[in-house]
Amino acid sequence: MKKTILNLLTIGLAAIALTGTPAQEINIQSEINVLGQTKPIPIALSGFTGVGAEVLKFDLTVQGFSFVAPDVAQYLISGSDASGVSGTLTDKFAKRELLSRSYNGASLRRQAHALSDDIVFAVTGKKGIGQTKIAFKSQPSGNGAGEIYVADFDGYNPQRVTTDGAIVAKPAWVPGRLAVYYTSYARGNPDIFYHSLTSGQRRVIAGYSGLNTSAAVSPPDGAKIAMVLSKSGSPNIWVCNADGTGLKQITHGDEDSSPCWSPDGSWICFATKHNERRRLAKVPGGGGTVQYLDTTGAPNPTEPDWSPDGKWITFTSQMHDFNICVMPVDGSAPPAVLVGGQNPSWAPNSRTLIYNRSLGYRQILSVLDVFTKQYKDGARATGSSSQPAWAK
Amino acid sequence: MKMNRIVFLPALALAATLATTGCKHTPVKVTPIPGQPAPTVGDTSGGGNTLSGGGTIGGDTGPGTGVNTQQGGGNTAALDTFDGMIKDPAALAANTIHFAFDSAAIKKSEDANISAVAAALSANANDKLLVEGNCDERGTEEYNRALGERRALAAREALAKHGLSPDRIRTISYGKDKPADPGHDESAWSKNRRDDFVVLHPKAGA
Repeated sequence: MKKTILNLLTIGLAAIALTGTPAQEINIQSEINVLGQTKPIPIALSGFTGVGAEVLKFDLTVQGFSFVAPDVAQYLISGSDASGVSGTLTDKFAKRELLSRSYNGASLRRQAHALSDDIVFAVTGKKGIGQTKIAFKSQPSGNGAGEIYVADFDGYNPQRVTTDGAIVAKPAWVPGRLAVYYTSYARGNPDIFYHSLTSGQRRVIAGYSGLNTSAAVSPPDGAKIAMVLSKSGSPNIWVCNADGTGLKQITHGDEDSSPCWSPDGSWICFATKHNERRRLAKVPGGGGTVQYLDTTGAPNPTEPDWSPDGKWITFTSQMHDFNICVMPVDGSAPPAVLVGGQNPSWAPNSRTLIYNRSLGYRQILSVLDVFTKQYKDGARATGSSSQPAWAK
Repeated sequence: MKMNRIVFLPALALAATLATTGCKHTPVKVTPIPGQPAPTVGDTSGGGNTLSGGGTIGGDTGPGTGVNTQQGGGNTAALDTFDGMIKDPAALAANTIHFAFDSAAIKKSEDANISAVAAALSANANDKLLVEGNCDERGTEEYNRALGERRALAAREALAKHGLSPDRIRTISYGKDKPADPGHDESAWSKNRRDDFVVLHPKAGA
């Protein structure tokens, strides 16, 4: 367990090691103890005053960096967002410049996201999430009719996908494509729609009697859809092809919900009830024996989501309130309870989550770095926003 | 002006930038950021943004835009037999049944309501029934959508035991999206954990 986290985090130190000058003053590894309590990478920002500073702080905070004074920073970002974004990244201890770039086109906001991606790559060797997208549902109030939206991962540039004025639920992206599945009550019944975001065309892929909801698209190619149907007499997990054909019942429990896929498409993890206790379980994607997962310490688990690197499952635990939890898939450590919230969805980087949390009686989107527990609220939309799905 | 800011690029940073932007035909050291192509939701790196076949999947072999009435051995009523029926939520409004927290078991105390619903449907052979399952706000959204459906299905089973054909009964779950009481306390929650019974009359001329 510790080793796994070390591996994740020490990649961030690889860039330092390459320079040949050890950063002795800051030993990040010594701070690592358990999941969710790792020390952020200290970084300082100078020269950015407007939207560039805002974007860089948001993007890097939710990817494990913390913004500190220059004298205690490991990395320095200097640059400008006055007329086009430009930035230089320096490793203070190695006294080396790691990056220096200018950006033009689109908007300052998008240029700044591109700079944050370049900084994340230069420091960690991993692809940043600054230019990724989410889908989510938005309701004028905390319940009832709403619409499906897509937006930048930080909530900016929202675009409405549906215009039905009906109850909607659980958008899910097709991997690598501008297309989503979602549930809509537009025809008077909860049906699952496929919706192309390039053509605007949509079609019902599951409109059976009873419940049709919680579409989950199989990685890596979107060939299979897992979902919850009740046409057999109870809410169960079913799988069909991308176009709705080839329907097959996978589970036969009393009450199953929220399927998600392992990144290789071989397993479906879902929420269920077993002996009247809420449990998480997994089942082979083609059907087979159901295996219950141990979530001791995180009662009433629902809404699992499997990380793209295959190592983690995040889910919602219901105690007095709802909490976002993460546990290693291999069971090597118990679930870590991270922050209050529901509906967690992994970013492509397998370390950042988007979820919704309560603000009064409505929900807002928030973005969490799992390994530092740093989080930031996304751009506020009016009404209630929930069920975010991160495009991968 | 922008170019003045550019200093010598370490090879590592250049490689990193090329790897993340994939831009090969633009001036070195400046990364152009594509704008938003209408009417899509924006650019993503690499190909694969568009779908073959005019934005649909699977050509014309899928279920299409109509109601998918394949029942596949299921035992719930075919949706198309309910098309166009007229909803009458008032007729059985007094017979709404309520549930314990996080439970889909029909309480003994609801027997009279179940009997009344069964009697009303038995007396009007052309009517059908929509059972609407609902939850309080204390579960997660999709969990509640499943729980609400289970509550509706539990009522359908109970009505079947009173001799009502399941073919006459449709279920729908609203999860926590249709509370009877908008409050946030046990008084409201107890009212919201419920099945509403909506009589469906034949459409005019049918």
